[in-house]
Parts: sequence; C-alpha cells; structure tokens
Amino acid sequence: MSHVTASSELAHDEGALDASSPDLTPGRRGFLKTTLLGQPQAIVGLTVVVLFILIAIFAPLIATYSIHEKTGPIYAPPSSAHWLGTDDGGVDMFSLLVFGSRVSLEVGFAAAFVAMVIGGTVGVASGFFGGWIDVLLMRITDIFLVIPDLPLIIVVAAIFGRHTINIIIIIGIIYWTSTARLVRAQVKSVRERVYVKRARSIGVGHRRLVSKHVLPQVAPLLIANTVLTIALAVFLETYITFLGLGDPSTISWGKLIENSFLGNAVLNNAWWAVVPPGVAVTVVILACTMVGQSMEDALNPRLKVGHLAVRRFRLRPLHGRLDTE
Amino acid sequence: MQRGDYILKRTLFALMTVFVAVTLNFVLFRALPGDAVTGLKCHNCTIQFKTALRHDLGLDKSKWEQYVIYLKGLAHGDMGTTFISHKPVRGELWDPIKKTLAMITLGTVFSIVFGVFTGVISAWRRGTATDRVSVWTSLAFYSVPTQWLGLMIVYFVADRVGLPHGGIQSPDYGILGNPGTFDFLVDRTQHMILPALTLGLVLYGDYTLIVRSAMLETLGEDYILTARAKGLSNWAIVWKHGFRNAMLPVVTLIALSLGFIIGGAITIEYVFDYPGIGLAIVDAIDKRDYAFLQGAFLVLTLSVILFNFVADLLYFKLDPRVTT
Repeated sequence: MSHVTASSELAHDEGALDASSPDLTPGRRGFLKTTLLGQPQAIVGLTVVVLFILIAIFAPLIATYSIHEKTGPIYAPPSSAHWLGTDDGGVDMFSLLVFGSRVSLEVGFAAAFVAMVIGGTVGVASGFFGGWIDVLLMRITDIFLVIPDLPLIIVVAAIFGRHTINIIIIIGIIYWTSTARLVRAQVKSVRERVYVKRARSIGVGHRRLVSKHVLPQVAPLLIANTVLTIALAVFLETYITFLGLGDPSTISWGKLIENSFLGNAVLNNAWWAVVPPGVAVTVVILACTMVGQSMEDALNPRLKVGHLAVRRFRLRPLHGRLDTE
Repeated sequence: MQRGDYILKRTLFALMTVFVAVTLNFVLFRALPGDAVTGLKCHNCTIQFKTALRHDLGLDKSKWEQYVIYLKGLAHGDMGTTFISHKPVRGELWDPIKKTLAMITLGTVFSIVFGVFTGVISAWRRGTATDRVSVWTSLAFYSVPTQWLGLMIVYFVADRVGLPHGGIQSPDYGILGNPGTFDFLVDRTQHMILPALTLGLVLYGDYTLIVRSAMLETLGEDYILTARAKGLSNWAIVWKHGFRNAMLPVVTLIALSLGFIIGGAITIEYVFDYPGIGLAIVDAIDKRDYAFLQGAFLVLTLSVILFNFVADLLYFKLDPRVTT
C-alpha cells in the first residue's frame, strides 16, 4: 500500500503543479494552457459548456418548431416529427429545450458574475486593507455562511422575485460569500510578496497596487470560483422556478421541470417531458464543476488533497477557524 | 486559548448570528415597498379586510416601532398569526416540522452512513476503478437537481418497488377504519422512504466527496505511515487512525450542509406531496401568507444556527487542538 502518500497524490498532476507554485507563475496565458488544456476533464467540461453556449446563441436556428404554439398532439411520444415528443400543451419539447438553455445559462452566467463582482470586491478590500475593515467584512461573511441559503433565497425570491433580472440579482447577492473568503485568503498572501512590498515602498498607490499587482494574481482563482458559481446558479434557477417563483413569461430548464411536474407528465407516462430538461441541467452543472475543479486543482494543488477541497461541493467554505493562513 | 474562551467566543458568535437572522427576518418582510398585505391572495380579502389586517399587524406604525414590537413578541415566543387561517404561526409550524424532521433524519442518516462508507473506501483505493466509479457516481448525484431526482424516482422507482408516490398515509385510513399502531407506523415509514431516499442520494454525493477528500488528506499524514510501520491492520489504520482524524472537517461540513438539507427537503416534499414544513412553505408562497413564511424562515434559520453551534462545540470535543 505504498501508494498512499501525499506526494503520489500530487504527482499525477505534474503539469498543473508547475502552474501553481507561487514563485513561478507562468502568466495568464501559460496558466490557461497548463490548466485547461493539460487535463482531459477540463477539456471535456469546457467543450460541453461551449456547446451549450452555442446552442443558446443559435437557438432560433436549431429549434425545429415555434415554442409559443401547439404543433402536435398533447404528450405525443418522440417521433421523427417531434424528436423529443411534445409537452402537456402540444408544444415541441426539443424546441423548448433549446430555447430553455437561453434563460438558464443567462441566469447562470449573470448571477455568477454578480457574485464575482461583490465577492471579489469584498475579498480584495478585506485582504488588502486588513484591520477593522477585514474584521467587519469577515464577520458579515461568517454570519451569512451560517444562515441557511436555500430558505433565504426562497424568502427573498417570494418577496422580490418573479422576474429574471431579480432572480439573477438575488442569487448574486446571496452567493458572494465563498468567493469573498477565497479571494481574501489569496490577496493576503499576495500582499506580502516581495514585489508588492517593493512597489509599495516606491510609493505606488492603492489603486495601482490592486489593479496591477494583486488582481492579476487573484484573477485565475476568481475565475475558477466563478465557474463553480455558474453551476450553483443554474441549479438555483431550477430550484426557484420549481417553487413557482420563476419568471412566468420565460422558458427555462427549471420551468420545463416545473411544467412537467404540474402537467402530471409522470402520470401520463411522458418520460420525454421529464427527463430531458433534468439531464440538460445535470450535464451543464457537471461540466462547470469539472472545469472549475480542474482550474482550482491546478492553481492550488493543496486543495486537491486538503479538506478545503470540499468547499466546492455545494457546501459553503469552512469557518474561519479552518482557514489555514 | 482556554476551553472557556472558545465556548464563549462561539456562543457570542451564535448569538450575533441569531440577532442578524431575526433582524433580517424583520427587514425582509416588513421593510418592503408596499407591504406584505398588499400581495395577499384569498377569497374574502376586501379593502376593509386588508386595512383591518394592517392595523392588527401593526403595519400602520413606524418601522422602528414595528421592529421593537416584533422583538418583544419574539421574546415571548409570539410569531404572529397566519394571514389565511388566523391561527398562531407557532402552533401551525410544529406539526409539519415533526413530519419533516422524521423524513430528513432518515435521509440524512442514510447518506451519512453510505457517504462515509464509500468515501473512506474511495480514498483508501484511490486511483483504482472502484474509486473512479464512486467519484463519478457522487458527482452525478451532486449535479442532479433535487426536485428532478424526486420526479425520476416517482417515475421509475416507485411502482417497481411498490412504494407510494406521495402523501403521508394510505388514503384508505379513516374510511376503512383506523389501523393499529404498528400498521400505522409501517404505513408512515413506507410513505417516508422515497422522499428520504431522494434527499439521501443527493446528500450521499456531497458526503462521499467530502469524506473522500478529508480521508485523502489524513492518509497522507506521517502518523499513518507510522501506523503501517508498526504493522497495524488495514482496518485499524483506516478507521482508528485515519477516519478518526478525518471526522473533524466532516462534522463541520455536515453541520453546514443542514441549510441545504432543509432547502432540499422543501422541493422534495413538494414533489412527493409530503405534508411537512416544505409543503407548508410552498403553500404559503402560493397564497402569499407572509406571516407563516416569516415564521417558518425564522424557525429554520434558528435551528440551523443551533446545529452549527452544537457542531462547533462537538468539534472542540473531537479535536482538543482547536484553539481559535
């Protein structure tokens, strides 16, 4: 059982290790090359994500029918005319699925972006300035970690939701905490590096220090975290929509799952109305997780073996006491 | 730092969190543009009724006064009355919570037992086919939307194993006479199995991955090498030396995942028509019964805070090295 050592766990990822050793950061282009293209898992994930983005963009060209009118019998099984059958309103499922990708991905990317901006700002402010700002911001983050997120999101969505923009903002303002913690830890270590100290000593201002020295170092990790947040946001969209809190005027994958439930697709034996939207969501979440995970592993091999790695599995990051700073 | 200091610090933090949760609960529901009554939907909600309700709820007072009244009420355990049925929220919450508690306990225990088991095996046999299969299965369950997994189980599993699609008791009860205690319990359990399985499978994915990474780290430690050099059996190495230490992060993470468990239970109960707190919440959302929603959110939040606090203390007990 000699293979049970820490080094062998890391060794099968050598290309990634190079990219991550703090003093040999090969620049952002080198980072992309070693992390994303060096790992099959990342390539597969990225391909799937890009494919779905293309489907969303070219939805009108790919969809075979209009999604606003009845084009076949109710719950017609899959056939050459309707590849995935029809739903409880006689609308073509394949076209619905294709158009549904638009809202789902839009919510996923936009909400993750909002979370990235808020979390990034809080993390940089906290890590860079330290002192009471740090204490205050991290206390707030800690508290938000303990307040259960899904009930909170239901309540906020019940009060403010029912519009795609609102849902994006709600997800964004609730899920910035993990990003903030991660960025803060990274900024704290970057701030102590020699070149940052040197820049500071020759009188470089805060703004320039952050934008030229700190942000480029933090960016890859921030992006990796954002990719993982996309997966979470896509899930949350289906969650909010399923509870009847989605935008009633749009079609998303979450809406399709809700429709299949409300339309009793199960009782009608219409598997084609239930299975495809769930598979689509699962595949996108899986793909984003694969990409985000490979990026994080490459950037921080310690995550791969460390218990900190669990952070990405839907759970939020650990309490301050488990931070290894 | 001393034991007392640690406990004091965690207690203060928990109290602070409770305060924030209570305030958030007030701010979210009362400090809205318009107010909670405006959106209320029911059969006999006339303008007069709404004005009266507003007065009853004290919504015509200033926000600050309302906040003080709200805090005073909470201190006496008063969470207001529901908008629709005009019963105290506290009483309305208890029954569904009991049912939910039974269901999520079953699901969580299932996932912890299986998650720990496969997680440990996966870490011990890492890099092998067993490990890969287990990681990919867990990732798949982790990625699946909870409500959809529930639908899948209703569709593909329920009939095949002969378990009910939904509800909490057989529809015959009450019509064909009441069952004995034993039959009643069997019937309840049968209705609980599938919702619990759904929750359990999603959590199983999370927990396996958590346990696996915690174990991987522990198995890389020097004392594991020492244990092996001493000639200990694999069993002793894995469970006594490995898992005991890996348990620390696992305990914390399971406590932190409670928010997700409750959230997942809401959609699962909706899918299975299981009359727990989740279904009650969905119903309250539908009717815009914000008083009930507010009470439910508060109770759920407080219980999660409490569990996290317990986990904090447990963590201290498990790991005497914890200092900060």
